[in-house]
Amino acid sequence: MNPYPWLEPVMFYLCAGVALGAAVGIVVSRNIVRSALYLLGTLGGVAGLYFLLHANLLAVIQLIVYAGGTLVLIIFGVMLTSRTPWVRYTPRRGEVVAALLVTAGLLLALLRVFTTTEWSAGARTTAGPAPVADVGTRLLTDYLVPFEVASVLLLVVMIGAAYLARPEK
Amino acid sequence: MSQYTVPWIEERKYRPRGPARLVVALARLVYRLAAPVLRRFAGVVFFGGVVAVCLIVWLHALVFRLTDAISASAANGPAGTLFGGGLTLAELSAWRSGPGDKGLAVFFAEGLGVFAYLLWPLQFSLLRDLIAMGGVIGFISVIPLYTIWWERKVAGRIQSRLGPMRVGGWHGWAQSPADGLKLICKEDFIPPQGDGALFRLAPYLAFVPAICAFIALPFAGTYVFRDLDVALLFILAMLGIEVLGVIIAGWASNNKWSVYGAMREACQMVSYEIPLGMSLLVPVMMAGALRLTDVAETQRGWFGDWLAWRNPWCFAAFLSYYVASLASCKRAPFDLPESESELVAGFHTEYSGFRWSLFFFAEYAAMFAVSGLAVILFLGAWYGPLPQSWAPTGSGLAAAMVRGLLFDGPIVFILKCAFLLYVQIWIRWTLPRIRIDQVLYACVQVLLPLTMVVLLANTIWLLFDTPDYPLFHAVSRAIHAVLTAIGLALAMAITGLMTYGYLNRRRLVGALAVDHLPGA
Repeated sequence: MNPYPWLEPVMFYLCAGVALGAAVGIVVSRNIVRSALYLLGTLGGVAGLYFLLHANLLAVIQLIVYAGGTLVLIIFGVMLTSRTPWVRYTPRRGEVVAALLVTAGLLLALLRVFTTTEWSAGARTTAGPAPVADVGTRLLTDYLVPFEVASVLLLVVMIGAAYLARPEK
Repeated sequence: MSQYTVPWIEERKYRPRGPARLVVALARLVYRLAAPVLRRFAGVVFFGGVVAVCLIVWLHALVFRLTDAISASAANGPAGTLFGGGLTLAELSAWRSGPGDKGLAVFFAEGLGVFAYLLWPLQFSLLRDLIAMGGVIGFISVIPLYTIWWERKVAGRIQSRLGPMRVGGWHGWAQSPADGLKLICKEDFIPPQGDGALFRLAPYLAFVPAICAFIALPFAGTYVFRDLDVALLFILAMLGIEVLGVIIAGWASNNKWSVYGAMREACQMVSYEIPLGMSLLVPVMMAGALRLTDVAETQRGWFGDWLAWRNPWCFAAFLSYYVASLASCKRAPFDLPESESELVAGFHTEYSGFRWSLFFFAEYAAMFAVSGLAVILFLGAWYGPLPQSWAPTGSGLAAAMVRGLLFDGPIVFILKCAFLLYVQIWIRWTLPRIRIDQVLYACVQVLLPLTMVVLLANTIWLLFDTPDYPLFHAVSRAIHAVLTAIGLALAMAITGLMTYGYLNRRRLVGALAVDHLPGA
């Protein structure tokens, strides 16, 4: 029984606004380190949306893996490899035309999806927060194969990274 | 004085103008009136402050529980008002004078009438949340203050000197607030070639996650802001986001030594997150839940029920967690990021004034958070070492105080965290700093294989440690008893050493003790 039903739309617009604004910032910013930091805003906004959907486990995993791991690596890469953070990229006319075409195509596809989906306001089929123990059990029984495949993938990635970072003979 | 003077001696004394004159005169008057009193009764003021804060927290908890009880027992339930509160003033006064058991709140009902009406705004859970959050932020802001003072005293004693002694009278207790005031008045210097916006953002990126970690950290059974079902992972996530603040601070300072400090720090913190998380999996396995209150519940009992002594693997996990948490808080021997004698001040070299103190708030708040996690997951959370069955039952004030101080309550939790903080300070001022390659060697080639072995061994141990395998079960219980004895011996040894050091503090300092200084 929720005493503040008006709070949920407010928080949704807040988190979504942060995520979208930060995404626009990534694209628009001229400073590549600042773009990487705007990514933190996007990831945080998405984590907030997960919290609103009562998917606590997914939200904290998003924060640990993306915000605390992937983003740190991206910032490392950006900081240590750019000679100057202020990038100035002048695209050629052909590139601009190609970008506009691809964007228009994507926009049309998205608009079609938006207008033909059933957005039933308020009706949600989630029965509340899923217990973490439940997720764990399902990962090891119903979804065991994807779990093992994912761990093999991670192993391959680690071996590849270790090979690429090996010291020169 | 010779006729040669230097320019800064000739500068004029500060003369306030305009409305500042009134403020300065008032401040001087307050100081002149309060200082003699404060100096004489400094110890009383300090400890009185501590007791007053505990009482205020207790009163808040009492009032919150009371409002919950009233809302739950309201006859017609909460009405659909804008803010969800239901009971009007009339209904509250009817409850106040009506029948029914009110327990400890009887002095609200029959005491001064105005207190009953203070309950009306507290019905709105939004307001209660705001007050609780204010309390949490206040706690986080006071902890670094007094941890820094304590660290300076302990560092002094370890180095055969006394630490702060003058400010405020009794052992320099006001040194930290005085330093805070000084830091606020400093010049706000932003490196002109650095990235100004990122320079300003970085301290907040470090400090805000440290505050957010306290959202999910329980101080006692019901003293938790939000009892998340993924509380442990949430705190780990928040401690991981702190890395970003440090990296951005180093980068935006436009100073290559800051960048070195930031890179070392990021490397160290991110690498040590792996053994940190994996050693935390061991108590989660024992308790079967990520919810911190559930893990604490399995340790209800006496000293022997604490998770650190149940299993040789839990013991090893406690030690490896503690070492990894030292590295993740950038405390010595892993304090290369600060490296006070190497890189000037590492990643926060260019920071002065309040921005610098925000980094230190973040560091000490994170120290408290990781100590809190160690206490909850390994050292019995908020349950005291004595068996819970010895706790006095009964709803009187004396029984409640004994329970809160010795058996079960946030004060026990804070005392345990304070002990772990003391051990962190002790280790910092005893061990030398290790090089960055030694740091990474220790992480990847020592701690990481150790935690993996511990995790695997604990899994197998738990498979066999059931009454189905009676021999193994008996052996495991014997080992549990041995570990409890070791734990007791360690606790008593440390307490004994601390007491010996305190009782002989004059003699140990030797010829360096000067008796005419205040507080000697």
